[in-house]
Amino acid sequence: MIELAQVVKTYSAGLANPYTAVAGVTLDIPGGQLTVLKGPSGSGKTTLLSLIGCMARPTSGRIHLRGLPPGLLPQGADADPLEITSLPERFLTTIRRRTFGFIFQQFNLVRGISVLENVMLPTYPTGEDRETVEARAVTRLEALGMARHLKAPVDRLSGGEAQRVAIARALINDPPVIIADEPTAHLDSRLSAEFMELMGQFKGAGRTLLIASHDPIVHDSPLADLVIVMRDGQVVTAP
Amino acid sequence: MRPSTLCLSLFSALAALFAGMLLHAHGRQATATQERAGRVALVRSLGLTDLCLFTEARYTRHPAMADRHAAFQDHPMALDHFPSGSLLAPPQFPSPHAPIPPAPSQRP
Amino acid sequence: MRPSLQRHRSVLDFALSSLLRRKGRNLALTAVYTLVVFVLASLVFFVQALKHEAGELLEHAPDMVVQRMVAGRHDPMPASQVDAIREIRGVEEAEARLWGYYYDPVYGGNLTVMASPDPTLLPGSARIGRGVARNMRVAEGDMVPLRGYDGLPLLFTIQQVLAEESELVASDLVLLTPADVRTLFHLPEGLATDLAVKAGNPRELATIAAKIVEKFPDARPILKAEMLRTYEAAFDWRGGLMVVVLSSAILSFIIFAWDKATGLSAEERKEIGILKSIGWESGDVLLLKFWEGAVVSLAAFLGGVLLAYGHVFFFSATLFEHALKGWSVLFPRFRLIPALDAYQLTVLFFLTVLPYTAATLVPCWRAAMADPDSAMRS
Repeated sequence: MIELAQVVKTYSAGLANPYTAVAGVTLDIPGGQLTVLKGPSGSGKTTLLSLIGCMARPTSGRIHLRGLPPGLLPQGADADPLEITSLPERFLTTIRRRTFGFIFQQFNLVRGISVLENVMLPTYPTGEDRETVEARAVTRLEALGMARHLKAPVDRLSGGEAQRVAIARALINDPPVIIADEPTAHLDSRLSAEFMELMGQFKGAGRTLLIASHDPIVHDSPLADLVIVMRDGQVVTAP
Repeated sequence: MRPSTLCLSLFSALAALFAGMLLHAHGRQATATQERAGRVALVRSLGLTDLCLFTEARYTRHPAMADRHAAFQDHPMALDHFPSGSLLAPPQFPSPHAPIPPAPSQRP
Repeated sequence: MRPSLQRHRSVLDFALSSLLRRKGRNLALTAVYTLVVFVLASLVFFVQALKHEAGELLEHAPDMVVQRMVAGRHDPMPASQVDAIREIRGVEEAEARLWGYYYDPVYGGNLTVMASPDPTLLPGSARIGRGVARNMRVAEGDMVPLRGYDGLPLLFTIQQVLAEESELVASDLVLLTPADVRTLFHLPEGLATDLAVKAGNPRELATIAAKIVEKFPDARPILKAEMLRTYEAAFDWRGGLMVVVLSSAILSFIIFAWDKATGLSAEERKEIGILKSIGWESGDVLLLKFWEGAVVSLAAFLGGVLLAYGHVFFFSATLFEHALKGWSVLFPRFRLIPALDAYQLTVLFFLTVLPYTAATLVPCWRAAMADPDSAMRS
């Protein structure tokens, strides 16, 4: 589904203190499975996730995506596999919007607005009909047991609830791939286990899951099909 | 209701009021001649030269007629000690339209 | 609804909820902004209407007024001069005007006493302006005493109080018969205050003025163009202390708005990062900021202009009254006729809406252009 070839990401390149976060990673992430990126903090997991998720461009190397929904990009730009590192920003945004759902470590919810609005937020620029989006958001939140919090401002939620909102938001555009960065960092063991249960459901529904974590509950989970260990920006054990 | 609906209807209302304002101004202008008739008659019959805006001193009452030696015109940029001096710029003297009197030596 | 419209509405929705999240701050800002527009627009409306009115009225003023100067001061004019000027070619009509100032020691008002050519005005009676009637608390039929040159009071019966709509030109007028004016001021027969000249061909005015000065070097002709220009220059932008005060207010608002708009708080920066990370393009973020700026500035512009219109044309510019009134005891009350200038409204629009919207957009530019992954590593 996702293939990386010699991907390097250097921050502050050309400046006095360049920092290479990802140093030549070659990987193949299979579709429909749960892949865990494991490693200590600073090992380049997050950077790798953002490169895969079209949020940043690698300094060098190539990333290919397979099995994208057809008709996503205009004629000519469309290909399978699609090489994403050289695409213009608006294409990257389109791909990101429709292909990836992100669950961030800090949840990244917008404070001061309601749960429902937070979930609908990714659809605003697409110009999709408001009623349709709202119905979909409500369905997603209900499925996650958040029905009674629809109108509540996100600031009042507990950590576990906030994460459910973040998950609902990641699912709003029905993406085939879900990327989660240290999703259990702010959760206790019970909530972490619940989270993994949810991930199991998504996997069962055919989604591809990519989770960066150094939490044993995640990488030792029986659900994990593939565990990739990273250190210092490089893959230590690859399949 | 969506906030944007509320906002857009508010702006439509404001825009309608704005259009109403323009229409009102236009309407008043159209009937202005009638409204002004009384004033015009007075100006014509008495030969008035000024608006009655500042009655605080004799030289502020008729700025168009004021003496050259009046406080207003001591200096082209002098600020008058009356508040009206802050609203009214000094007249341009010598005026470009006024004829220049001949020099004394050239007089008959 | 079309997707592009739907996109605008959704982004507007979010812009509004963003504004509402900082409700106090944004409401205060909009209020101050509206106030600035209100004061500016009031000034523009008021000055424009007054200038327009002055232009319309002074169109009917005498083509030229000739004064006589003695020792650099305005002095009464002898009848011989009046007749000689009447003889000058091109002069169609020359009317001797008889007027003067009268300080009313009781009520402290400065009145303009003028001889009326109207034959229906009876000797011993007066027509007075509204302002005079208000000031002296008199009505038609009452008697008013005016102190003559010798200190002895002269009694006049008020034959008529001039109509309300004449206040702008005649609020302080006291109209008497020519004979009464002469008695009051002790002006001997054969002297006039000045001379109102009507030219057969207005284009000859300058020539006529030159001829008058040639004939009477002590004469000072004032052309209609100069009278009009006096009012053109009235409330001129450069001439006003008011503008100085105002500009400092505007300046401080600009600093305030600039600070508010440009100082992108850490939270706002983070928010932009979040939006980018969940699939908003840079253009979408800028659209959001555009709407935030546009909503505030457009509301302030429309609100301010409408309030100003009400203030100037329905409430007679009450706030400016003190500045206009100055130390006047006798102040005219007038309702101005709106004379809106599309150019000035446009300038006001561009001076208020554009800079603010730009000031909200520009600082977000960099934050919006940043890679979306910055939100992930915060």
